[in-house]
Amino acid sequence: MRRNGSWAVGIVAILVSVVVFLVPFVFIFFTASKDASEASRLEFSWPTTWAFAENLTEVLATRDGIVVRAFVNSTVLTVVSVVIMVILAAMVGYLLQRRQSRINGVVNFFVLAGLIVPPAVVPTVWVLQSIGLFKTMPGLILIEATFGLSFCILLFRAFVATIPRELDEAAIIDGAGPLRLFFTVILPLLRPVIITIVVVQAVNVFNDFTNPLYFLPGDENATVQLTLYNFTSQMVSQFNLLFMDILLITVPPLVMYIFFNRQIVAGMTSGAVKG
Amino acid sequence: MSAATEVRAARRRRTAARTSLTQRATYPSWFYLPAGVLYLIFFAIPTFASFYFSLTRWTLFDVEFIGLENYVQFFSEPQLSRGFTNTLVYGFVTSGAKVVLGLALAVLLTSQLIGRGYLRSVVFFPVLVSTIGVGITFTALLDPFDGVVNTMLAAFGIDGPGWFTDPNMALLTIAAVDVWKGLGIATLIYIAGIVAIPQEYFEAARVDGAGRWQQFRSITLPLVQPATATVIILSLIGGLRSFDLIWATTGGGPGFTSDVIGSVIYKQYQAGFYGLSTAGNVILFLVVTGIMVPISILLNRKAVEL
Repeated sequence: MRRNGSWAVGIVAILVSVVVFLVPFVFIFFTASKDASEASRLEFSWPTTWAFAENLTEVLATRDGIVVRAFVNSTVLTVVSVVIMVILAAMVGYLLQRRQSRINGVVNFFVLAGLIVPPAVVPTVWVLQSIGLFKTMPGLILIEATFGLSFCILLFRAFVATIPRELDEAAIIDGAGPLRLFFTVILPLLRPVIITIVVVQAVNVFNDFTNPLYFLPGDENATVQLTLYNFTSQMVSQFNLLFMDILLITVPPLVMYIFFNRQIVAGMTSGAVKG
Repeated sequence: MSAATEVRAARRRRTAARTSLTQRATYPSWFYLPAGVLYLIFFAIPTFASFYFSLTRWTLFDVEFIGLENYVQFFSEPQLSRGFTNTLVYGFVTSGAKVVLGLALAVLLTSQLIGRGYLRSVVFFPVLVSTIGVGITFTALLDPFDGVVNTMLAAFGIDGPGWFTDPNMALLTIAAVDVWKGLGIATLIYIAGIVAIPQEYFEAARVDGAGRWQQFRSITLPLVQPATATVIILSLIGGLRSFDLIWATTGGGPGFTSDVIGSVIYKQYQAGFYGLSTAGNVILFLVVTGIMVPISILLNRKAVEL
C-alpha cells in the first residue's frame, strides 16, 4: 500500500520535473537546431530540417568570430580572478582562524559587510577611471576577485579550523618561515575546500553579467554574457543563432557540474547545518 | 606577596610574551594586506564615497553639492519610487516562495522515491545556467502570442495572459522565473539540513504513534531552522539586489512597472545622472542592511540546538 503510494508520488514528480525543468532546456536545443524561419515561430517541436552544424558555424563566424573572442576573454577573466581570489582569501581565512588578535573582530565585520552590502556602481567606475583601469580586463579581473573574497574567506576560515595546529608548530621547529609554512604545508591541505571554491566561483564569474556590463562596456573585448545580451537586439529574426549562443554558453557550467557535482553541492550548502 | 608567587607570575608573563611573539612571527599580520588593499580600493572607498556623491549633481568631472535633492527626486517621481516598492515585493515574494517550495521539495527528495538522483540534478541544474540565457529562453517561452506556454493553454481553451507585457503581471512573472532558477540552491540547503537530523528522533516519534504530518511539524520543521535561516538570508540578499534577470526579460517595462532599484541605478547611470544613480545605490544599501541586519539577528537567536 505504502509502496504503491510512493511509486505514484515518484512518477508524478518525474512527470512534473520533465515539464517544468526539462522542457525549457530541450526548447533551447531544438530552437538552436532549426533553420531561421522555423525557429522564428517559437514552437516547441522537433526540427523539420536539422541545421545544427550550420547554425554552429554561423554563430562562430558572426562578426569575425566575436563569440570565440568572448570565450577567450571570459576564460581569462574567470581563471585569473579565481586564482587571485583563492590565494588572497586563503591567507585571510588562515590568519583569522589561527591568530587571536584585537583586529579579528574588525576583519570579521568587513567580511560580513562584503557579503551583504551591494557594491556602489558609479563610485567604483570613478575609482577605476582615476587609476586608469576602467574598461580594461585587469580592472574587471580585480573587481571580480574583490567581490568574491568574502564568500571564500568564510569557507577557508571554517576549513582551517580542522587542520591541527601541531602541524604549524612542527614546521616552525623544522625551520620553516611563515611563507613556507603557509604555501607548502597549509595550502596543500586546503585542497578539498579549494576545489569547492574554484568550481563555485568559476561558475559565478563566468555567468556574471552585471559587473562586465558596468566595468567593461563596449563590445570589442566583451565577455560571453555581454555578447549574448547584445545579440538579443542584433538577432531579432534569427532565434536559431541566438539559442545556439545560449547553448554554447551553457556547456562550460554543464561540464563543471558533471565532473564536480559533489564539490558544487558542498560549496553551495555550506553553513546550512550549522547556521 | 611571597617570592615564590612573584617568580611564578614573572614566568607566566614571560611565556605569555613569548607565545604572542611567536604567534606574531608565525602568523604575520601582513597576510591581511593583499586582500585588504583590494577590498579598500574596489569596495570600501566606493561605498564610502557613494554617501557623498549621492548628495551631488555629478558628471565624473564636475561635482556640485545639492544636498538631499537626489533623494527627494527619487521618492517624488513615480518611475523612480516604483523601483523601491518593487524591490521589496520582489525580494519577499522570491524569498518566501523559495523557502516553501524548497522545503517541500527537500522533504520529497529525502524520502524513498524512484528517480531521486535524477530529480535532485534536474532541480539543481538551472542554478548553473547563465541568467541572461534563462531570461531570453523564458521571454520566448512566455511570448503572449506565439509562446509555448500560451499555445498550450489555448489548447485547453484558456486565454493565457501577456506574462511579460501585462503591467500587472510582469514583476510577478520575473519573480517566478527567478524562483525557477534559484530553487535548486534552497532545496539543496534544506536537504543538507534534513539529512543532519538524527534518525532516532523520527523512530521515537513513530513509536509514540506520530503520523507523517506530526513528524514534519514537530521534528523536521524546528530542526531545519538553521537551513531556513540560510535560505532566507541568501535569497533575500539576492532578491533585493537583483538586476540581471529583470534586465534580460523586460528591461524594467512595460513602462517602468517592473523596475527595481538595481535597474533604476543602471538606467540613471546610462542617462548620465551619476548623482541620482548613486543615490539609488545608497537607498539600496539602506534597504538591504535595514532588512538583513534585524532578520539575521532574529534568525540566529531562534536557532534550536541539536
